[in-house]
Amino acid sequence: MAYALQQLINGVTLGMIYGLIAVGYTMVYGIIGMINFAHGDVFMVGSFLSLIALLGLSALGITSVPLALALTLLFAAGLAALYGWTVERVAYRPLRGSFRLAPLISAIGMSITLQNFVQVSQGARVKPIEAIIPGGIRLIDTGDFAVQLSWMQIAIIVITLTILGLFTWLVTKTPLGRTMRACEPDLKMASLLGIDTDRTISLTFVIGAALAAVAGFMFLLYYGVIDFYIGFIAGVKAFTAAVLGGIGSLPGAVIGGLLIGLIETFWSAYFSVEYKDVAAFSILIVVLIFMPTGLLGRAEVEKV
Amino acid sequence: MTALRDAFLSAIVAFGLFGPLVGLVTANGEHGLALTARPIATAVIVGLVFFGRLAMLSWRGRTPRATNRALAERITRSGKYLTPVLLIAAFALPFTGSRYYIDLGTLVLTYIMLGWGLNIVVGLAGLLDLGYVAFYAVGAYSYAILATTFGLGFWTCLPLAGILAALWGVLLGFPVLRLRGDYLAIVTLAFGEIIRIVLINWVSLTNGPNGITGIPRPTLFGLAFSMDGGPGTFAGFFNIEPEVIQRIIFLYYVIFGLALLTNWVSLRLRRLPLGRAWEALREDEVACRSLGINVRNTKLTAFGIGALFGGFAGAFFATRQAFVSPESFTFIESATVLAIVVLGGLGSQLGVALAAIVMIGGLEVLRDLLSTLGDQLHSPFFGDIANELPLYRMLIFGLALVVMMVLRPRGLVSGRTPGVALTKVKEIAPELVAQGRG
Amino acid sequence: MLSVTDLTMRFGGLKAVDSLSFEARAGDITAVIGPNGAGKTTVFNCITGFYRPTSGTIVLTHPAGGGTFALERMPGHRIAAAAKVARTFQNIRLFAGMTVLENLLVAQHNTLMAATGFGVLAVLGLGRYRAAEAAGIEKARFWLDAIGLTARADDPAGALPYGAQRRLEIARAMCIDPVLLCLDEPAAGLNPRESEELNQLLLRIRSLGCSLLLIEHDMGVVMRISDHIVVLDHGQKISDGSPAEVRADPAVIAAYLGEGDEDEEPA
Repeated sequence: MAYALQQLINGVTLGMIYGLIAVGYTMVYGIIGMINFAHGDVFMVGSFLSLIALLGLSALGITSVPLALALTLLFAAGLAALYGWTVERVAYRPLRGSFRLAPLISAIGMSITLQNFVQVSQGARVKPIEAIIPGGIRLIDTGDFAVQLSWMQIAIIVITLTILGLFTWLVTKTPLGRTMRACEPDLKMASLLGIDTDRTISLTFVIGAALAAVAGFMFLLYYGVIDFYIGFIAGVKAFTAAVLGGIGSLPGAVIGGLLIGLIETFWSAYFSVEYKDVAAFSILIVVLIFMPTGLLGRAEVEKV
Repeated sequence: MTALRDAFLSAIVAFGLFGPLVGLVTANGEHGLALTARPIATAVIVGLVFFGRLAMLSWRGRTPRATNRALAERITRSGKYLTPVLLIAAFALPFTGSRYYIDLGTLVLTYIMLGWGLNIVVGLAGLLDLGYVAFYAVGAYSYAILATTFGLGFWTCLPLAGILAALWGVLLGFPVLRLRGDYLAIVTLAFGEIIRIVLINWVSLTNGPNGITGIPRPTLFGLAFSMDGGPGTFAGFFNIEPEVIQRIIFLYYVIFGLALLTNWVSLRLRRLPLGRAWEALREDEVACRSLGINVRNTKLTAFGIGALFGGFAGAFFATRQAFVSPESFTFIESATVLAIVVLGGLGSQLGVALAAIVMIGGLEVLRDLLSTLGDQLHSPFFGDIANELPLYRMLIFGLALVVMMVLRPRGLVSGRTPGVALTKVKEIAPELVAQGRG
Repeated sequence: MLSVTDLTMRFGGLKAVDSLSFEARAGDITAVIGPNGAGKTTVFNCITGFYRPTSGTIVLTHPAGGGTFALERMPGHRIAAAAKVARTFQNIRLFAGMTVLENLLVAQHNTLMAATGFGVLAVLGLGRYRAAEAAGIEKARFWLDAIGLTARADDPAGALPYGAQRRLEIARAMCIDPVLLCLDEPAAGLNPRESEELNQLLLRIRSLGCSLLLIEHDMGVVMRISDHIVVLDHGQKISDGSPAEVRADPAVIAAYLGEGDEDEEPA
């Protein structure tokens, strides 16, 4: 029981990270109907930016942990947003309205570019850092097994919930969110109604990238080690999460992320670590067989 | 003036993008990771962006927009001559006797074959498959395991490998082919990853990450290409000196033949009801259903036949390398083959061949170029860059994919040639041809 | 030959079709008419297998003892392939990137496919495929002549003018050799001359022994060529009879006078 509780805590933490990345996939899909394959790599870039910021801040002699974390988060999210904006501008905008597979290939090209760019500029070796917030709370101690809730996990869950709260407010309550939602069902119609769709799409990428950078920051804190390849794996998982939740649905992305995190953690704990990804992917396939548009996706009704 | 301001803004963006990631390197110091500054490299990149943007703006201002259409038409029209020229060149390549070119040709032909195989699924039937490498892997491992465990030869295993791959295609396709577009894409991607993870972890069958070694080479009607030159070997039978190049050339012609087979079958199928039904599915699934076409079965045949050729190519890959390991079957392979199909122009056989030559040939040329350049740059000024130069290969590849798509979103050969005509076959403009939603 | 009994179709809380029963006789042109939102297209989609009705039965009997089919239980493609019910769509669904001829050949897929020996023989150039294909092209040519598009056989379907696309869609549906052809607003968007040509085409199809079921919004077209008319309003049948009877029915007049501009489909 205690063991399961521990896995639940770990799974939720991991799921939060996936969920944040998945939101970026689902937002972009919702608005322009494309799989932004480079999104996982923007997450990776965000993670590297966090690492650079943390190292830079410590070199500058800033020792206050909360201050350093806040500055790092701002720095990483801001610059990752710039990456998101640039990727859209360079690789996707010229292909808007064109043939469906061209943006997909362009996105795959961008993903390869970002991955190899970081490998070339920062080196292929893994980057380990020391734990920034060590320690935690001992929830239950049965004698042979102690359930730990680390400060780091608390921080991740709190930060994710705060960011998601902020984001929900942004999408539902602000004029920006309204234009985004207006673009979602019909981009052409929105532009006829006088919405600057290019700007809205840019903003979608900017917000998605910032969220991915937050996830990248937390990934760095949680695992304490990153490399240029983390973007692909996390990206595929997060994309799986978005599809599992029903692509296009924002709550679906978070739920999907949590599910993937939990499946992975529990499978690793009770069955085998090696096949944790197989478990996650298999569940995706099974869910899609029975619910072809994911858990919260709108059913597509073919009008004839 | 606006151009100058635009270029200046681009430079600022470039500084934001490259300032931290290029300018500040995280490297292992005495006390764990530390930052090293690289101001010159950053300045160079930002400067390049500034002047590049300036040059681009002034160039675009002066020259009229390049007409994509003209190039497409030129390729399509010259297709009549290009095809025989390419065929003859491909046939004659081994006569150069250069091992480098023959190896390169073999590699390019493998990708042409994979491209043609995937073209059936993506180009004709309009089904987005991001996990084609799974079938390539199934083919390669089928041959590797059958050959090393049961001692079966290449020619016996080739059809088996294809059939097993097709079987997996049908097995996966059966439940998931009713999914639409991007859902199908993620499921196929997931399947590709599942296969790879299983290959890594099922050590008793696949020998895990170490792969399978000692996979036998193919024989020519029972004649082996071994170096002892004894009777029953190729050299012994023809009474010539055994040389490695003989095997290399033989392998080249094997893949040449397999690729031609793929091409021939796809061309035949396109003229038959099955191929027409695939294209009709790509155009409009609902209309197909109203005409009594069994949509699922038709999709399954496309998926299965595509997988079959993937399996053949995989078996060839295994016998050529004499070694397989899960490393060869990553997502990047699927992405490369898909990029070949899309860049070629969906559904076009010639386009796929051209795209494979450009992309795979280009990648290899780039590899040599970068390593030669690296050797020559060995001076104190360039320092590490010389050693790292080969790493830039995939970076350039990625950028090239983006640039090619932006310049030619419809691919090299984008029109469609109907397979049947009452009077005269006329090319169909790409704007009318659908891309499929499945 | 077609008998619809107690057909009901619900979309969530909305009853698009409410226990509808009617008959379409063999050799007739039967029209289903009604104001926008009356449930016509829904009825159609149930008959042709695109929707599964909530309740009720749809039974098709082939003339001359050819068998009976419970359409409400058959998958969509079987309704066309086995029960031989063909249809067209309100918003034309041609294979735009394929030629006119190819469109007509795709419609003969099942016949031609059977002749290929599951593909294997035909790939090798063996078997009786060549003859089957020649026959298929002949049938296509017959219909091309009938719709006046022989000269454009090798042009892409998407490049045809609107009226020609409508005719081609009908010809394509006829290529499955249907016993019942269902047309969803075939006259929509046609000018009077094209509309007249369409009427001639439909009468010719009837003379070839195929029964027709058509949905029409425009009373004029319906009155001229239909043998039998079913009038729907709010998912229920309000009138049923010959054109003359229906025209005189006060319920029909009331329904049409009260017509608004709502959308056609409640879905």
